[in-house]
Amino acid sequence: MNTKVKIEDLNVYFGQNHAVKEVTLGIPDNTVTAIIGPSGCGKSTVLRSINRMHDLVPAARVTGKILLDGADIYGKNVDPVSIRRKVGMVFQKPNPFPAMSIHDNVIAGYKLNGRVNRAEADEIVESSLKRVALWDEVKDRLKHNAMDLSGGQQQRLCIARTIAVKPEVILMDEPASALDPISTLKIEELIEELKEKYTIIIVTHNMQQAARVSDYTAFFYLGELIECGETKKIFTTPEIKQTEDYITGRFG
Amino acid sequence: MKSLGFRKLKNAGMTLVMVASTVAVLIPLILIFVHIVRMGFSSISLDFFTQIPKPTGETGGGMANGMAGSFILIAMASALGIPIGIFGAIYLAEYGGKRISNVIRFGADVLSGIPSIITGMVAYTLLVVPLKGFSALAGAFALALIMIPIVLRTTEEQLKMVPDSLREASLALGVPLWRTSLKVTLRSAMKGVMTGILLAIARIAGETAPLLFTALGNQFWSRKLNEPIAAMPLQIFSFAISPYEDWHRLAWAGALVLVTLMFGLSLSARYFGRAKKQS
Amino acid sequence: MPSDAETRRWKLERGVSGDYIFKGVTVLFAFSILVILLLMIFEMVGESLPSMRKFGWGFIAGREWDAVQGIFGALPYIYGSVVSSILALLIATPLSVATAVFITELAPNKFGGTVAALVELLAAIPSVIYGLWGVLVMAPWLQKTVQPFLMDHLGFLPFFKGAPYGVSMLAAVFILVIMVLPIITSITKEVLLAVPQSQKEAAIALGATRWEMIRMAVLPYGRSGILGAVILGLGRAVGETMAVTMVIGNNPQISLSLLSPAYTMPSVIANEFAETTSTLHASALMEIGLILLVVTLIINALARLLLWSVTRERKGGSRG
Repeated sequence: MNTKVKIEDLNVYFGQNHAVKEVTLGIPDNTVTAIIGPSGCGKSTVLRSINRMHDLVPAARVTGKILLDGADIYGKNVDPVSIRRKVGMVFQKPNPFPAMSIHDNVIAGYKLNGRVNRAEADEIVESSLKRVALWDEVKDRLKHNAMDLSGGQQQRLCIARTIAVKPEVILMDEPASALDPISTLKIEELIEELKEKYTIIIVTHNMQQAARVSDYTAFFYLGELIECGETKKIFTTPEIKQTEDYITGRFG
Repeated sequence: MKSLGFRKLKNAGMTLVMVASTVAVLIPLILIFVHIVRMGFSSISLDFFTQIPKPTGETGGGMANGMAGSFILIAMASALGIPIGIFGAIYLAEYGGKRISNVIRFGADVLSGIPSIITGMVAYTLLVVPLKGFSALAGAFALALIMIPIVLRTTEEQLKMVPDSLREASLALGVPLWRTSLKVTLRSAMKGVMTGILLAIARIAGETAPLLFTALGNQFWSRKLNEPIAAMPLQIFSFAISPYEDWHRLAWAGALVLVTLMFGLSLSARYFGRAKKQS
Repeated sequence: MPSDAETRRWKLERGVSGDYIFKGVTVLFAFSILVILLLMIFEMVGESLPSMRKFGWGFIAGREWDAVQGIFGALPYIYGSVVSSILALLIATPLSVATAVFITELAPNKFGGTVAALVELLAAIPSVIYGLWGVLVMAPWLQKTVQPFLMDHLGFLPFFKGAPYGVSMLAAVFILVIMVLPIITSITKEVLLAVPQSQKEAAIALGATRWEMIRMAVLPYGRSGILGAVILGLGRAVGETMAVTMVIGNNPQISLSLLSPAYTMPSVIANEFAETTSTLHASALMEIGLILLVVTLIINALARLLLWSVTRERKGGSRG
């Protein structure tokens, strides 16, 4: 299997704080990789370095390499904007744009490439919303404000907005942690379907969720990658004691 | 399709627009500041602080009566406005129901947006007409009306930041509510309250419009509170629009003194504001 | 905060009348705000009555202002106020919003803070000092350079016809722009600081450039707050008295030309109210003041409601 994203010797610092230490990790194409670990273990920090979100934080410093299809996204002449077009992100709390309709939210990112004609826009909106199984729920009220939707619907809308840009990789930062169980289930089913087309990396603090949705799992502790491998193996026969302790709920 | 290059170009272009706007905003403001400092320093002298204005045609003179007048007006306005503002704020923070407090807050915000010249007109009908003459009292009253909403709103914000546990601790010791409000709540919010008071004083020290038909102005020293009184902003106004070069110089000197006072007050307000945040 | 029940219990147990008096004082002072507001309206209406009775609605449409013959019409003043404020706002709004965006989104931490502090300090300069600078420095400069330039190059437009006086509608617009810039900028800055990081991240993660993020996430989120800031600036411009009086030329004429002198509502009050020739004259000025009061009350109420809704959202956290 192809390695889509390869993280090599990644270190992230926030001022004096060494948040991520010497992480090396490969993520295969068209799979779901879960990043798990206790709070503050650096799992979100790793995730956010894959589409250069740390560029927004002045105090953050990133060293090492992250290769996307073999090319370093932290390379000299690489523009973070073009990286983020290829590596989309879904956040912990649904964050649709409150001043826009459902339709406009979905198309917001796509439209950055230039003026889109109506038919094209409608098509993109429909296919994106169908892909996240939201189309039937909202097709009659596309012009309504996005904030009228429930939390779970909002999160699926945000996923639709992300895939409308046609990324190759989707990063998900605890995408279901703010949602009710039924919405969570829907998001998990969605992740299952999306991996046919995308490479998905998901941070979660919910181990059952990691076990349900992911093909591979990486366990982080105190900024270091402790163990990674096939999810089944990590959850049944982990090689390292810390992983086992965490998985069996002895700490965290 | 827009290329990434085009989008980056647009980003750079808009960044440039925003930087240019900032520069455009700052330039006239800096020019004003530079003028005040340059003209002010070249015009100011010891006489400025000790003399009263000379009649037209004679050189020299100062704004001593204006400074004294402004001081008296500010002192009287503060004596009236600060207690009303603070006690009103205590009501909002400690007693008031949600709805009525919102109405009062809204009223205070709206009141502070009313043009000060209208405050002057109202003070005229309420005090100048019945007392049959322009007076320091009427001027101070108009200025107090401007102070009250400022003091009230800032004090209330500060009182609300005092933790309830502090109030409860005092009440539990058997201190009555009114003493708790004054000695515990208000005292622990004192630095923030001072900030509000300083800002309010800075605001009224430069007010001119409400004094036009209340304090009126006076070329000489005033002896009584029921007669017209000089004030620095009024003097700056009448000297600025006069045709005499010498009076223009006095106006610049006055502007320098006034602006120095403003910045001093603002900076000390900031100092108090910061000290509050750190503690 | 102790509940009402607790307060009552205190009174019963200790028999303190101090609390009673204290509360009474605070109630009295708090409500004095509303009393002042109502008193203002009441006085202004009362004093305007003679003029209202005499001229009716014609007062607003009348173009003549003759204290000797006792004919008063407010149109030139209303016109001057409306034109000067609107033009000033049109120029100041984009500049202020761009500056606020610069401070909050573009400038490095310390530099942005310095610019913001500078802008706030300048908002504290009294209007009479802006007027002093306007009449002694800006107006002569306009007369010598800007106005001749406009006449030479844009003189075919009705807006730039006439002689260069210096003191003029143009000067009033300029001085108002300079005066409302710090206000709109500092309030807009506060509004933009309230835009949640999650909104900006959403735009950035979609591959937006910084400008696209500002346009997509920051400005739309802050739009009602920015509108509030602009309206507050309008209230300030409409009510601005001293600086405008000193540079506008104080001539009650309605002229399309920005180069000619004009007059505003606060200016005519400032110039004439202390020396009215008759009760009717005073009443006419009072009525102008009443119009000004009503307009600014509406403007301020609107602005406060808009700004309150923004800060409440910020405190209330997420919606939906």
